[in-house]
Amino acid sequence: MKQLLILGAGTGGTIMANKMRKKLSSDEWSITILDKSKTHYYQPGFLFIPFGYYTRKNITKPVRNFIKGKIDLINNEVEKISPDENKVLLKDGTSLSYDILIIATGTQISPQDTPGLKGELWQKKVFDFYTIEGSEALATFFKNWKGGNLVINIADNPIKCPVAPLEFSFFADEFFTKKGIREKVTINYVTPLSGAFTKPKASKLLGSLLEKKNINLIPDFFLGEVDNSNCKIIDFGGREVLFDCLVTIPLHTGDPAVAKSGLGDEFGFVKIDKNTLQSVIKENVFAIGDAGNTPASKAGSVAHFQADTLEKNIVSYIEKKPLSASFDGHSNCFIETGYEKGILIDFNYTTEPLPGTFPLPVIGPMFLLKESRLNHYGKLFFKWIYWNILLPGRFLPISDKMSMSGKKIDRN
Amino acid sequence: MAQKTYAGKTVDVNEEGYFTDPSQWTKEIAVEIAKEEGIVLTDQHFAIIEFLRKKFLAGETLSIRSINHSGVLDVKTFYQLFPGAPLKKATKIGGIPKPVSCI
Repeated sequence: MKQLLILGAGTGGTIMANKMRKKLSSDEWSITILDKSKTHYYQPGFLFIPFGYYTRKNITKPVRNFIKGKIDLINNEVEKISPDENKVLLKDGTSLSYDILIIATGTQISPQDTPGLKGELWQKKVFDFYTIEGSEALATFFKNWKGGNLVINIADNPIKCPVAPLEFSFFADEFFTKKGIREKVTINYVTPLSGAFTKPKASKLLGSLLEKKNINLIPDFFLGEVDNSNCKIIDFGGREVLFDCLVTIPLHTGDPAVAKSGLGDEFGFVKIDKNTLQSVIKENVFAIGDAGNTPASKAGSVAHFQADTLEKNIVSYIEKKPLSASFDGHSNCFIETGYEKGILIDFNYTTEPLPGTFPLPVIGPMFLLKESRLNHYGKLFFKWIYWNILLPGRFLPISDKMSMSGKKIDRN
Repeated sequence: MAQKTYAGKTVDVNEEGYFTDPSQWTKEIAVEIAKEEGIVLTDQHFAIIEFLRKKFLAGETLSIRSINHSGVLDVKTFYQLFPGAPLKKATKIGGIPKPVSCI
């Protein structure tokens, strides 16, 4: 019996386990998936918790619910991967052998890597919303907050879901307006980027939304340290921004086990070919989603689109054929802009987000790069799609490859 | 495409002055671009420029935080060497394209 081992039962790992089980004969291949958590978090939901739109129970389900049939689920933590021995050592001292390994261990925040960030103000005036604990602590804080200087700061890229900090700012504007204290809250969006977003057209639209909502944009700011006694963030060049509440998006790293295994880059992201998703170091190792170092967004939609490529390439690898499936960097994000509106963007490695309609030309029904109510409801409805179609590896009629159909190209 | 002449050599640059062909770069050229930016290059400048060029030519993403892993210098020193916007200045002087975040 051959072994396919998947590390991580998040979005990418779960989809791959279910896809590969349908693809590989259970007489020849056993599939094992491992995760340290027994709970699967719907991570896009973390953003909604600080504002009271969701609570923990709205966004969690047991990992077990999504791993069915002949797939072994192990609740344990990885200590180290030994690619030369095709073996994974676990925290309890046991080990697992594999013929093919898929690393889907995601990315995690690393506030301890910035001096002062996880200091005495941590979860008192300094919060993250990329963990369940952080977003819940922030929800409690916001309930009683009387206003002041709210600073939303991205330490440096790459981060998970690059649009989430913008959505957070838009939600904050709406939340404090409805609470009747918006004039007492200054919202500052402090980013290492030179504008609101990376890609020019989307950056322009999102930048004008920040302005419209009276949110200050402070660009080119690379966080060096947090001064806990004077409540300020300081960049490497010495620039300072004062805060009464700091919402931080700390540095992100890959799983420590990846860093120890020699398969990763300097931040612990698995070094893979950006098109085939195969490790550039060991040929029977692959990675999906945030765990890899592909120059694509670290977002669930990317993991979902990558899954189609990875499924084909693993089958080719088993059949000793060239890995012909190629991931194009496709990413698709709903961006909440507040007041029950949203923007949808769709892009890949080479094409920036463009205006138009999605998924079909003219009739849409979604609008690209434009605020609409339907885009907001699309995002809310996506939670159902995620649990019921995406994780079980069922067919979703959205192509894994980015399509130019419906997109408008500005010739100027 | 625009062209500029540095140290007697004509090179291809984009509208912001960044090289479009990193192979046209030489150390003599770097000294002249640095002058335009008000920077006098030292061995330490060249060491980090070499690191960035090597990383870029290997197809890797350049970022401020990767400087701490360069083994050459830390981010604070990087800011002192190229004041204001170190990554933008260092890549311009180093003859490689301006880093774009890939998200």
